[in-house]
Amino acid sequence: MATPLTRPLSAPAPHPTTSPRQRARTRRRLTIVAFLLPALLLFVGLVLVPIGLALYTSLFKWNGFGGLPTNFVGLSNFVRLLDDEVFLGDLKRGLVLVLLSVLVQLPAALGLALLLNQQLRFRGLYRLIFFAPYVLSEVITGVLFTMVFSPTGGLVNQILDVFGVSGQAWLSDPDSALLTLFFVVSWKYFGFHMILLLAGRQDIPPELDEAGMMDGAGSWQIFRHITLPLLGPTIRISVFLSIIGAIQLFDMVWVLTGGGPIHSSETMAVTMFQYGFRRYEVGYASAVSVTMFLISLVFALAYQRFVLRRDMEGAVTNVGGMR
Amino acid sequence: MSRRERSLLQALPLHAICIVVGLGIVVPVLFGVLGGFKDNGQLSTNPFGLPSPWVTENYTQILGSIGFWQPLGNSILIAVATTLLVVLASAMAGFVFARYAFRGRELLFTLFTIGLMFPFAVAILPLYLLLRGLHLLDNPFGLILPQVAFGLPVTITILRGFFRTIPADVEEAAQLDGCTPLGFFWYILLPMARPALATVSVLAIVASWNNFMLPLVVFNDTAWWTLPLGVTQFQGQYAADVARILAYVVLAMVPALALYAVAERQLVGGLTSGATKG
Repeated sequence: MATPLTRPLSAPAPHPTTSPRQRARTRRRLTIVAFLLPALLLFVGLVLVPIGLALYTSLFKWNGFGGLPTNFVGLSNFVRLLDDEVFLGDLKRGLVLVLLSVLVQLPAALGLALLLNQQLRFRGLYRLIFFAPYVLSEVITGVLFTMVFSPTGGLVNQILDVFGVSGQAWLSDPDSALLTLFFVVSWKYFGFHMILLLAGRQDIPPELDEAGMMDGAGSWQIFRHITLPLLGPTIRISVFLSIIGAIQLFDMVWVLTGGGPIHSSETMAVTMFQYGFRRYEVGYASAVSVTMFLISLVFALAYQRFVLRRDMEGAVTNVGGMR
Repeated sequence: MSRRERSLLQALPLHAICIVVGLGIVVPVLFGVLGGFKDNGQLSTNPFGLPSPWVTENYTQILGSIGFWQPLGNSILIAVATTLLVVLASAMAGFVFARYAFRGRELLFTLFTIGLMFPFAVAILPLYLLLRGLHLLDNPFGLILPQVAFGLPVTITILRGFFRTIPADVEEAAQLDGCTPLGFFWYILLPMARPALATVSVLAIVASWNNFMLPLVVFNDTAWWTLPLGVTQFQGQYAADVARILAYVVLAMVPALALYAVAERQLVGGLTSGATKG
């Protein structure tokens, strides 16, 4: 029979013969193993092994065919990365996307979250609409927006035309492709950040606002000294998710621009895909994967160590999605 | 000016902001819906107005073709299978993580939570090689099983959190009545956890429904293509026929928006708890 969690970890010393107690322990162990096994097998086999495999193949020059790679080249794939202008450009463009997310999308999402936290008619409807794009896939959003930003007859240029402004090439102009991409990404995702921030805002007890008002604080002071600090954990998670999202951005780019024109909207994931699945430079593409992985890992660990650590007690209060 | 009027006046700028943002979301979608009812000539001469005449062929032709229903059916099948498997495997693991103390438990659990940071993009290439070696390309399980594996971290995290809130008394009472751990899990814990199961199911359905990168490399055979692949394929095939593509995109949006209409609460609940705990 299973023992609930309340029992102390250290069980009494084992008996030399098979006692009922010992049989119960064996059965308990079996239960644990049997219940964990499916998840563990799948996770190890299809998440950890592939990542290990990427580490291994990144050390070879390999076209991806015929068993395992044989042409060992050490770290030269990684050395080549440091010289690859497209890859270095990916890093730069990733940084631009992250900065734009944090400096433009996040404040907008925060503003709207605070706005929808007010007593406002139709706010349920507004929230429903703002969040709706999140359920549309990146592919469907992307295809829709290739039409919206189409240089000939696209919605945006038609609107500009009404105001007598000449149309832009948007996604097919290297100068505007990345910004247009950012716009579409934000169109889909700002509602998600807004929902997170709104949930965080609603967790702040109204008594605090009232106490602030009693002490004569204006609405800016309440925002600056009560709302913003207490929203800190949520904001930091929102930033974290933006950054992880920017590192792995693929579907939307693939559909909108394919990374072009002349790599102006390419991301690391697209570069990896191009090398791995189009040019059959699997070893080199693996090196890109591994680098993406390392960047995510180092970033996530550092972020949790230095930024999220102090949030761990207060932030994780509501349990199990029962909001 | 009455108090009521004054508060209305104060709310006006807030409504104005909301309406502008709302239009930014609705107008592109409406452009698609109405564009699907136009022909390409109308699209360029009359981009904003209502279609005149209303052309229904774009929609009816797509609704009458296998090129829409087959990917739709595949998407549904794969989403359902993924969701059942990921929820079952995660519930089992979450049960053990929540209610048993054993050596290495926290280490194992941390291993799963680290998985929260790994997107498909990082593992896609070796995953493809692995699936090719296992002869799982052009096989639905080649998509379903990896989706399950990558869905485990968030599902386990949320379910474990929920299972912890169920008092130990319930389990002790069940034991006294002669309930085995499996019996407790299946007949008592899972029914009690129905709201949490609904939440993680919605998350899993949406993730599977929207997945693009993995089906893109796993399915060469168009018979297995899912809706996102169908959309890009259709876009390539009818590149010049904008109205027709808009109609396809709009029809492809319908299932996702329908799910959103029914399960918005579960989705929001899952995302907020998944994010704050992950």
